[in-house]
Amino acid sequence: MLDVEDLSVSYGAVKALRGVTFQAQDGSVTAVLGANGAGKTTLLRTVSGLVKQQSGTVSYDGVKLTGLSVENIVRLGISHVPEGRGVIEELTVDENLRLGTLWQFNHRERRSVLDEIYELFPPLAERRSRMASTLSGGERQMLAIGRALSSKPKLLLLDEPSLGLAPLVTAQIMALIQKLARETRLTVVLVEQNVRSALSIAEEAVVINLGRVVVADRAATVAADSQLRHHYLGF
Amino acid sequence: MSLFVNLTLNGITNGMIFAAVALGLVFIWRATHIVNFGQGSMAMFTTYLAVTLLDRHLNYWLAFAAALVAGLVMGMVIETVLIRPLRGKPALNPVIVTLGLFILLEGMAGSIFGVGNRSFPPAFSQAGLTFGHTKVAFSHFDVFILIAVVVLMLGTLALFRATSLGLRMRAAAFAPEVARLLGVRVGRILTLGWALAAVAGSLAGLLVAPTVSFSPNFMDLVLVYAFTAAVLGGLDSPVGALVGGLVTGLALSYVGGYLGSSLEPLGALAILMVVLSARPEGLFSRPEPRRV
Repeated sequence: MLDVEDLSVSYGAVKALRGVTFQAQDGSVTAVLGANGAGKTTLLRTVSGLVKQQSGTVSYDGVKLTGLSVENIVRLGISHVPEGRGVIEELTVDENLRLGTLWQFNHRERRSVLDEIYELFPPLAERRSRMASTLSGGERQMLAIGRALSSKPKLLLLDEPSLGLAPLVTAQIMALIQKLARETRLTVVLVEQNVRSALSIAEEAVVINLGRVVVADRAATVAADSQLRHHYLGF
Repeated sequence: MSLFVNLTLNGITNGMIFAAVALGLVFIWRATHIVNFGQGSMAMFTTYLAVTLLDRHLNYWLAFAAALVAGLVMGMVIETVLIRPLRGKPALNPVIVTLGLFILLEGMAGSIFGVGNRSFPPAFSQAGLTFGHTKVAFSHFDVFILIAVVVLMLGTLALFRATSLGLRMRAAAFAPEVARLLGVRVGRILTLGWALAAVAGSLAGLLVAPTVSFSPNFMDLVLVYAFTAAVLGGLDSPVGALVGGLVTGLALSYVGGYLGSSLEPLGALAILMVVLSARPEGLFSRPEPRRV
């Protein structure tokens, strides 16, 4: 379980998060929603250690993450797919995927993990020795998610996976995320602007506005509350 | 004709040395986006270590290896102690530190080893080889220089292309934040980049020293030419370092041979100006900017 407790983060004088508290349960999808600049990306970046908190704590399965380095947080089984996908264009598809496996598996295990990823994303298998810069937007998203999965994480942090994707591709990606959570007990924290898509697969929803949590409830409840939706989520 | 051949051979040999130093500059630029003005004096220092060991009658190749290992350690220590604390500070700060390093190391070498000219023995004969009846300005030692730098280049290529350490190094250079999110310990990779740069520099120092009057500033001009080579090739491209080194070596050799050796630094300046105005990113660099 991911446990975020009274987390505050500032960039200089700008307060990005003001006392955020929420939990993400094992094997569930938690959607983090809110307008641009609400602090969603900052929240994920703080969990994965890229941003240092001002106060409050983040812990995962009882281990305190705040204060650990990014590289050590990864080693606890936490994978972060950053906004804009973070595919390394100068490397091939295979090299991108292999990167995620380097810190833990031996050579043979790496091959079998990669084979699993290619099975999950057949378009990547066809392009394994191509440079990542030649991939389409949907393929890049597959690569970014596949690469995050290649370290066999327990917690997956996804930042705007639908960004710039066609609706059909978005639907495929969302279905895959839901399947992974159900079948492999993967815990997913999903930051999305695409509120409908996110709520359609999430069990829990956290709505953030100007750095504060305004609602944390069942996703279905949030989806049904038209006033809330209208006020914070714009539809 | 024979002048042209000799100048060409001389240019290739010098170019390989510039390429080795340029490779060091490229390692550091790729990893940390710092131009290391201390590259030459670091190499000078390890070469002095080698000659000190040779004075004590140590085996030539052991002294040679010791200088390379000293370079490795020196690169790691300098990165850890001087450069790492400046991470996240303005980009100029570490560059100024490398300038300070340049002055510090040359000063220290002068006071420890003496400022006078010395000689550094070559690994092989420096007498020109004879082909048929023609003696050319290319010796066994020049052959050794070529082989040593080619081995360095091939080793670099193999490291980057064929090992998972090389994959980590490339990832850390192209996208440090993403690399960290994938578990790459980028800090250690940067230290390693400095270490490898210093080894490449040390090798160049050992190859240059027998051919010049050996004193604490013997690498200064080499660094200027290697910098020209690295800019020409594109500061982040190892292949560019090799090609840039060879082009710079040949160009300066022709300038020196046909127009007078005192014009060589001007030749380097001319190359720098043409490259920086016509193609500032160099011949082999990736186009900037990129989005992650």
